[in-house]
Amino acid sequence: MDAAYITPFVASIQNVFGTMLQLPVEVGDPRLLKSDKASHDISGIIGMTGTLSGSVVLSLPQETADAIVALFCGERIDADSPDFADAIGELVNMISGGAKASFEGQDVSISCPNVVIGPGHKVSRPSDIPCVVIPCTTDCGELAIEVAIRETAPSTPADANADASANATA
Amino acid sequence: MRIMLIDDSKTMRNIQKSVLKQLGYTEMEEACDGQDALSKIGAFDPELLLVDWNMPVMDGLTFVKTFRQHNKTTPIIMVTTEAEKSRVIEAIKAGVNNYVVKPFTPDLLSQRIDETLQRCGVKS
Repeated sequence: MDAAYITPFVASIQNVFGTMLQLPVEVGDPRLLKSDKASHDISGIIGMTGTLSGSVVLSLPQETADAIVALFCGERIDADSPDFADAIGELVNMISGGAKASFEGQDVSISCPNVVIGPGHKVSRPSDIPCVVIPCTTDCGELAIEVAIRETAPSTPADANADASANATA
Repeated sequence: MRIMLIDDSKTMRNIQKSVLKQLGYTEMEEACDGQDALSKIGAFDPELLLVDWNMPVMDGLTFVKTFRQHNKTTPIIMVTTEAEKSRVIEAIKAGVNNYVVKPFTPDLLSQRIDETLQRCGVKS
């Protein structure tokens, strides 16, 4: 995956956590994730579509998530509360939105976030999209951003004709 | 002043409410998407709207276009992660009066609210 699609996420998480939580983020060396097992207990997931497509996951251990959600909301929130998932979802939404604004010349839309809570869960991604993990350290604990995106092949007039034909005969 | 907060994230609405309370605004109504907002607007009659872009059911841009068909004057501030210039232009063309990119500081949101109300000639 082009590094140009990874560095915006580094800048974005530092901006989001710095601005909304006053929490500095130290970023480690990105590496390829070779398993579909989530890095940590909680995954905030955003889908990307357009000229780039794939997914972005904010992955946090429970204790880190508890501390970060408390900072974000101004009070501790039980992980079973819908407000807990809402806060994680909004964080990954801001991180993804900030990163996509840095993808020059791309036209990308992001989905509303989904949040999965529970140790040992898996995040299934298309096998042909490499996933890069960006490990991060904060005063609230460690966390990771998992980025699996690729450029979407532009459709040609021939593709469009084929699509139209397929739709017409479906 | 009556202010409507339209965002699918309760966390974000709470943050906005907290900033607005610090500015002295207390009369607020919340909506979790554009459709929910349209159903509440008649009864609440807002004098300022803060609208997110990416929401389920009805997104913020569709809401603004729908709202502006009948109301050309009530100020709208888009508060969103959509930071690309093309998106800002799209929102302004749809009828948004000002724009705040998430993440934001309380000071920035407060400043944008003040300048929007001044620009639109609304008494805060």
